[in-house]
Amino acid sequence: MSEPGLDAAPGAADIEAAASVWLQRRNFWDWSKEDQAGLDAWLSQSMAHQLAYWRLEAAWNRTERLEALRSAGSETPPQRKTWSAPLKIAAALGISAVIGVTAAYYIMKPRDRVFTTPVGGREIVSFADGTKIELNTDTVLRARMTTDRRTIWLEKGEAYFQVTHDAKHPFVVFAGDHRITDLGTKFLVRRDPGRLEVALMEGRVRFGAVDASPKSKSALLVPGDMVTATASTMFVTHRSKPALARELGWEHGMLVFDNMTLADAANEFNRYNRQKLVIADPAVARLTIVGTFHTTDVKAFIDVAEDVFRLHVETNGNEIVISR
Amino acid sequence: MPKKFESDSADARPSGASMNAFELKAWFVREVLPLEAALMQYLQHNWRNKSDIADLRQDVYLRVCEAALKETPLQTRQFLFATARNLLIDRVRREQVIPIEAVSDLDALDVAIDAPGPERIVAARDELRLLQAALDKLAPRCREAIVMGRIEGLSGREIAARMGVGEPTVSEHLAKGMRALADILYGDPADLRRRP
Repeated sequence: MSEPGLDAAPGAADIEAAASVWLQRRNFWDWSKEDQAGLDAWLSQSMAHQLAYWRLEAAWNRTERLEALRSAGSETPPQRKTWSAPLKIAAALGISAVIGVTAAYYIMKPRDRVFTTPVGGREIVSFADGTKIELNTDTVLRARMTTDRRTIWLEKGEAYFQVTHDAKHPFVVFAGDHRITDLGTKFLVRRDPGRLEVALMEGRVRFGAVDASPKSKSALLVPGDMVTATASTMFVTHRSKPALARELGWEHGMLVFDNMTLADAANEFNRYNRQKLVIADPAVARLTIVGTFHTTDVKAFIDVAEDVFRLHVETNGNEIVISR
Repeated sequence: MPKKFESDSADARPSGASMNAFELKAWFVREVLPLEAALMQYLQHNWRNKSDIADLRQDVYLRVCEAALKETPLQTRQFLFATARNLLIDRVRREQVIPIEAVSDLDALDVAIDAPGPERIVAARDELRLLQAALDKLAPRCREAIVMGRIEGLSGREIAARMGVGEPTVSEHLAKGMRALADILYGDPADLRRRP
């Protein structure tokens, strides 16, 4: 490889300037596949381009982490505002086992409150500002309310947010690699392993990545929008009002299936019940079902499987195996 | 003329393992960038012509990363400074036009290597202060755009509307702010620590 020449144009300052233009474009403006291809092409032109970009990106990511810390309001006395959140605070040990070392660090901070629901549980948390958060089954949520901002971490599970908008006290939800910024809103966030869903009922939210990785982009959602994000993909679909209402059926303890496959329906039940449904046959898994069930009424589901689909149901310890 | 630091000396011996481009990025961010403040201090101390510093830093990074693609250095710090030193010596040898006093005190290198780097001093708990000080150092309009984008989560378009300026202007503020933040967060923490 030829020696990197000091005399070769363009200089480091020009390269860094170009890198900064790319970085701000990707973070703050519409970003298409073509834009990404353009950036990739620029990066592949030389290692100097990559290094300059990596450096700016790393610094930028670092400011994000600092911003999350900033919400701790470490300069503000802890007693300034009382939030009436009279719900149970999980033992730090039990929670940290679930959500890992990084989060455990935050939990040590006195101002964080952790709310949990067991499998099948449902809980409403009300805050002094009027904001309500409804936790669905098997959910862990951490809240940090300070005098200048409101930050929530959805560690796992699902929660429905009804946020009292206050531009002076931003409301941000972090879920894995993503962040949802409230702009006056009711929205639903569901976090499963490797997958995040955000549905907007009312108002506006901004959805984007915590870290500006090449895979990420941000979107401004309007009511009816539903985002599904995995580690490498993100897409937005638009749902009708009834379809969105179905997503929220659990608020009333109901599961609403509208042409859902048995496999997906079983997964939904399994979120709420300790006794797990197992669909043993791929052909059976593909059958579709329409109906409304109570979240804990597995018996009704089994009845449908036996009486309507003529399937074989066998209880095996903590498993209910459905086959032909 | 000082002797070149042998890159195969005990301290800088490569581990023998190579990296792919993906691992290189992670390694560069994790191990090299935190040394930038010390590297800048070293370059500034040993090179008179300040306008060369940005290019010198880039070339040190390039050399280190190209080497790391072949063999990952065991001791990043030693390897980085050995590379910097060799680069400066090469420059002096190659460019006869540079007056000899451009290179001062190259033999003081060992001191720079052994001194505790700012990255060891700036503990995690100081990060908040570091960021706030970094923001304070930005030009006012720059800071305004960065704060709206970073903390309030606004898009470029929304920032433009709020600031009452055109979108290209917002782009400039953001790009400038990002560069300044990188310089402050990686290149210049020593200066920040002196601030009240």
